[in-house]
Amino acid sequence: MADHAETAKARNVTTPEGWRGIVTDWSSDKRAFQVPWGKAMMWIFLLSDTFIFGSFLTGYMTVRMSTTEPWPNPSEVFALVIGGTKIPLILIAIMTFILISSSGTMAMAVNFGYRRDRVKTMVLMLVTAVFGATFVGMQAFEWTKLIVEEGVRPWGNPMGAAQFGSCFFMITGFHGLHVTVGVIYLSIVALKVFRGHYEHTNYEIVEITGLYWHFVDLVWVFIFAFFYLW
Amino acid sequence: MEHALAQGQQHPISLYLTVWILLFVLSAGSYAVDYFGLQGYLRWSLVVVIMLLKAGLIVAVFMHMRWERLALMCAILVPPLCLLVLVALMAVEGDYTFLTRGLFFVQGSGVP
Repeated sequence: MADHAETAKARNVTTPEGWRGIVTDWSSDKRAFQVPWGKAMMWIFLLSDTFIFGSFLTGYMTVRMSTTEPWPNPSEVFALVIGGTKIPLILIAIMTFILISSSGTMAMAVNFGYRRDRVKTMVLMLVTAVFGATFVGMQAFEWTKLIVEEGVRPWGNPMGAAQFGSCFFMITGFHGLHVTVGVIYLSIVALKVFRGHYEHTNYEIVEITGLYWHFVDLVWVFIFAFFYLW
Repeated sequence: MEHALAQGQQHPISLYLTVWILLFVLSAGSYAVDYFGLQGYLRWSLVVVIMLLKAGLIVAVFMHMRWERLALMCAILVPPLCLLVLVALMAVEGDYTFLTRGLFFVQGSGVP
């Protein structure tokens, strides 16, 4: 018994018990991913976000399959009258192109970040943020039009299946929230890049921010296909 | 060294521009599917194929996944496949709910 306690005491020197033990065990120089820790953490966060959006889209599929009323035709619901002609889904198409453009500028910002070109990195990140803000603005317009003019509510709408509204507000709302957070995140990192806050690093922070931004674009690809085009 | 490891993701700008243009063309393609009002299996297969191509380009090139090590690729890309199980289960569930609603809520609708 005393011997056992003695061993435990001896072991305490190298590996502590309790909460300190957990920290030591998980941080003792074992690494699975050969990338900066921030990048690995961002990927794992994005993986969890994939499950959130995946579950939303699956829920949408379930209610759309199970409703006996006709589903409102997104092509008509999201049509806009421009110059006297009704163009189907035009606003959503423009939003898609804006988000893709923002992904392009973000990819180039990452490139200039690794070249340590602070000014170009900041400008490209801010351009990305402006594209993102434009996207959110157009989404606000879309929501307003849908709520005020078309009378769509989370519990019903004049065009058909009641579940249309709840799916729409839930999915695009959560995506819009991600874009908004992304715009703030991009602006903060862009300013810190400009101030030289990351000079002692390899500018992997720009790539990590970029991962988040590209993910937002990626989610939109799926929403565009399954909600707007289906 | 942390920094030596991270040196990798340096690719020519022209590659990003090519992918950017490809994404534009693909998006225009999927919008055309709606604009010209394609219906049925042609519409759905085109929508899904274009969606997967776009998603693949974004993840592989913009998010640099194709230059990462296999350990990271597997850790990130394999778990989402679980969602396919959820989709399959929920498709069965949705189908069942539809049939039940047809039976009990829609009088004489012809839905079995």
